[in-house]
Amino acid sequence: MKRKLFLRVFLTHLALIVACIVTLYPVLWVVKMALTPAQGFSLSVNPLPTVVSFDNFSAVVGTRAADGSWLFGRQFLNSIVISLATTLVGVTLATTAGYAFSRFVFPGRNLGMKLLLVSQMFPGVVMAIPLYILLDELHLLNSMTGLVLVYATTAIPFCVWMLKGYFDTIPKDLEEAAVMDGAGQWTIFTRIVLPLARPAIVVTALFSFMTAWNEFILAATFLSSETAFTLPVALQRYVGSFNTEWGHFAAGAIIVSVPVMALFFFLQKHLIGGLTAGGVKG
Amino acid sequence: MMIWVLRVVALLTVLFGTLLLRAEPSREIVVWHAYRGAEEAALREAVHRFNAAMPQWRITLLAIPYDAFTTKLTNAIPRGNGPDAFIAAHERIGAWSAGGLIDPLPADAARWAEGVFLPTTAAAVRANGTLWALPLTFKSLVLFYRRDLIATPPRTTAELLDAARRFSNPAAHRYGLAFEAASAYYAAPFLFGFGGGFCLDESHPNPCLDHPANRAALDYIARLVNQDHLVPDEATAAIVTQLFNDGNALFVINGPWFTGEITPGVPYGVALLPTLSETGQPLRPLLTVEGYFIARHNRTNRDGALAFGRFLADAEGARIRATIGNQPPALHAAYNDPAIAQNPLLATFRRQAEQAIPMSTQPAMQMLWEPLAGAIRTVLRGVADPATALAEAQRQFTIFSRPLPPAQNPVWFVLALLILAAAGVGYLIHYSRRTGLVAMVRRTPLPYLYLLPATLSLFILVFVPFAVGTAIAFFAHRAGEWHFVGFTNFISILSAADFPITDPLNFYFTLLVTIVWTLVNVLLHVSIGLLLAMLLRNEWLKLRGIYRMLLIVPWAVPNYITALIWKGMFNRQFGAVNSLLTLLGLEPISWFSSFWTAFAANVATNTWLGFPFMMVTALGALQAIPRELEDAAAVDGAGPLDRFRHVILPLLKPALLPAVILGSVWTFNMFNIIYLVSGGEPDGATDILISEAYKWAFQRQEQYGYAAAYATIIFLILLFFSRLTDRRTEGTT
Repeated sequence: MKRKLFLRVFLTHLALIVACIVTLYPVLWVVKMALTPAQGFSLSVNPLPTVVSFDNFSAVVGTRAADGSWLFGRQFLNSIVISLATTLVGVTLATTAGYAFSRFVFPGRNLGMKLLLVSQMFPGVVMAIPLYILLDELHLLNSMTGLVLVYATTAIPFCVWMLKGYFDTIPKDLEEAAVMDGAGQWTIFTRIVLPLARPAIVVTALFSFMTAWNEFILAATFLSSETAFTLPVALQRYVGSFNTEWGHFAAGAIIVSVPVMALFFFLQKHLIGGLTAGGVKG
Repeated sequence: MMIWVLRVVALLTVLFGTLLLRAEPSREIVVWHAYRGAEEAALREAVHRFNAAMPQWRITLLAIPYDAFTTKLTNAIPRGNGPDAFIAAHERIGAWSAGGLIDPLPADAARWAEGVFLPTTAAAVRANGTLWALPLTFKSLVLFYRRDLIATPPRTTAELLDAARRFSNPAAHRYGLAFEAASAYYAAPFLFGFGGGFCLDESHPNPCLDHPANRAALDYIARLVNQDHLVPDEATAAIVTQLFNDGNALFVINGPWFTGEITPGVPYGVALLPTLSETGQPLRPLLTVEGYFIARHNRTNRDGALAFGRFLADAEGARIRATIGNQPPALHAAYNDPAIAQNPLLATFRRQAEQAIPMSTQPAMQMLWEPLAGAIRTVLRGVADPATALAEAQRQFTIFSRPLPPAQNPVWFVLALLILAAAGVGYLIHYSRRTGLVAMVRRTPLPYLYLLPATLSLFILVFVPFAVGTAIAFFAHRAGEWHFVGFTNFISILSAADFPITDPLNFYFTLLVTIVWTLVNVLLHVSIGLLLAMLLRNEWLKLRGIYRMLLIVPWAVPNYITALIWKGMFNRQFGAVNSLLTLLGLEPISWFSSFWTAFAANVATNTWLGFPFMMVTALGALQAIPRELEDAAAVDGAGPLDRFRHVILPLLKPALLPAVILGSVWTFNMFNIIYLVSGGEPDGATDILISEAYKWAFQRQEQYGYAAAYATIIFLILLFFSRLTDRRTEGTT
């Protein structure tokens, strides 16, 4: 029995280590390019850097505006604010809507769920121009609010579907018990349902955050000043018409991905331990 | 109390003060550009000097990513949000002037520009007898050589190939000459050297791809690559740079941007492209002129924008751009300056410009790249001879550029639309009456209140733009010209009359590829994501947090760079995948030469990018399953596989289903990966519907109507698919 258990542990670790190697091999390339001072796109089998220099990082982080102000810091802040706001707006809109779809029976419920799915089917190629005109008419062009609303709306359908599916698995008797105790609808939603749906909320929060965090085409099209740009816009600037500054781009890509990984690392403890034994202990 | 009043008054004064300052006649002039590094530094310095010398104006620069530059211009300028001026390459003059994005330079500026600039650059920014921009600088290909490996650069191709032959050793990955042979831009000097080319100008709107000289040129390039092995095959910019830096390429054909990629310390020289020994004509590269454009509908005074343009193009601006930005000036007189004339790099680029062919400003030029590059690659792969390949390219061009369908009278459509809308409203009223919706809303408004915020934002930001986008599908657009064509675009796509069903450009071929692509990807995403999630949820597992974090890395890193790394890993000669195959004793594979291998490369990349999302979703969903259920099953004697199939999977379904359905929709429209990894190779066979739509919108003269029709069809296909899955899920539950 003990040997069998050991074998199981060993095989699990082996599988995960292999998965990590395959996952990280291309990423090591990004690291190598970032640490190599040249701006070329190097190719060989060895993904380990032969030279280590932080020039690319300091060039990216040290980006300054024409007036000497610290542009990178400003754009980093913009990205953080826009992504967090998107997460907040997206999760708020999605939890309320997901709850309604899960707990109430009302005319238009199936149609609504279907429309959410349908909204994901519009290819972006037809949306960009009308969206620009619309935001211009709403005076939301060149503003963080406009961008946050667009990003949050993009993320809503997945979040609602995900949350609705998860709410469905939460037993109703808990809420019924709360009604008996005289709790109001809003209290039930915020105090009982939301804490129980923590794993799903973490997933949707990460998803909303990522939707905003890596996007650059809409940000570059809608925003019109350097100090309003987000980090991905600054990053995409290293891609030129004839060539790309790969060293800078790779360093920027690493800087952009570190906060996401940190966020996930801190959030992941909420991914586990949401529901145990029918939620009674939750 | 008093203090508060004073504070409020002070605050209001400051507020009004700033408002008044803003209201002052604007002296701010906004200039957009896409420069980086030294070129941006030079531009900033020029702005600094200009602002100091001309206090009546203030120039503000905005650097925009190149990938978003054209989109931003075409969106912003017609709505009055554009810049006052912008700096860009000249080749879109035709499209921009027709589309109403730029104004011709006024008479006095045009008079000043007369005879001041190098003749080829002045000719480039002129179209239909009008001057559209002030030429600032120019870029073209030249010959780079390793000074430590060869003393003097060759004057003719015979000399060049001689030296290259002595140097080359394909077995050791050493090549006499390295350039991106499969790219139309890099092949162009050979087309012109043989006396061929594109034959595009104002009097010839149709190109002559199928020219005997072009056939000879393609034959010549194919021989260099495939027979003589003097030029690496499947050479990308990365490989060219690497070969040169490692001393494994003697000559490189490349542009001025290459100087930034050469490792510091590598001794190199630049020379004119040699004369083609077969014809006695020089190899003539294409010339791109970067000009200063005045945007139409600009907000403030044109005088200031023009003044800055003249400053930038004239002596002082030219000197700043040459010394700081290493840009060869278009200004003739700038070369009297010894600092510029004696710079070997700038001097060579100037002499090369005199022999170069300015890129045509005809809108048709933008449509030429795709068929021509296709022809070159078919020849290099040895699939077709140059004559056949070029005839096919010419045929494709004719189809892409055929005249717009005739305009139709929209009255009947508007009427039909009104009737449809009335019917829709009628049905809604009937529906709400039948189901008692209004009474419901009044009685139990709660669910609707919960839904209101999400519904509102979705309606405004998704459904309205989509309705407008769909409307575009009923119009035809090219170079600023719009007209209503009814269902013509849809009929043209769905009848697929232009290409036989076996041709990759046929709609139904692409549809089939798209469906297979979606199925394979979703299957791999779900199975790998679920497997890893199952492994990671074991509570006894040490380092769980670390594994989990490492495995989401592909999701966290911007996919633009990782997709290109995957493409590099599939390179035939230098890629890691083939190195692994060789290590295992297998033959290396030319991944992008045949459909299934190119498709596999796309799938591998997309699987790598997509599994972390599925894994995280599954991790979240797994939490909804009470452990007790499984334990009970285990007690009953169910093995791990049985437990997974009969306990976990059914309970996982409600939370995982949305990820699967939405994942299929996203994969169906996954444009990036196709574009970055295979680029549709071979011959567009691995293109999916959405990448076809993008090609119509951005590479084939901005035929937005046609692209929108594609998008609408994609939408309808997905809608049909979702009806199918509806039936299935209804059937099973």
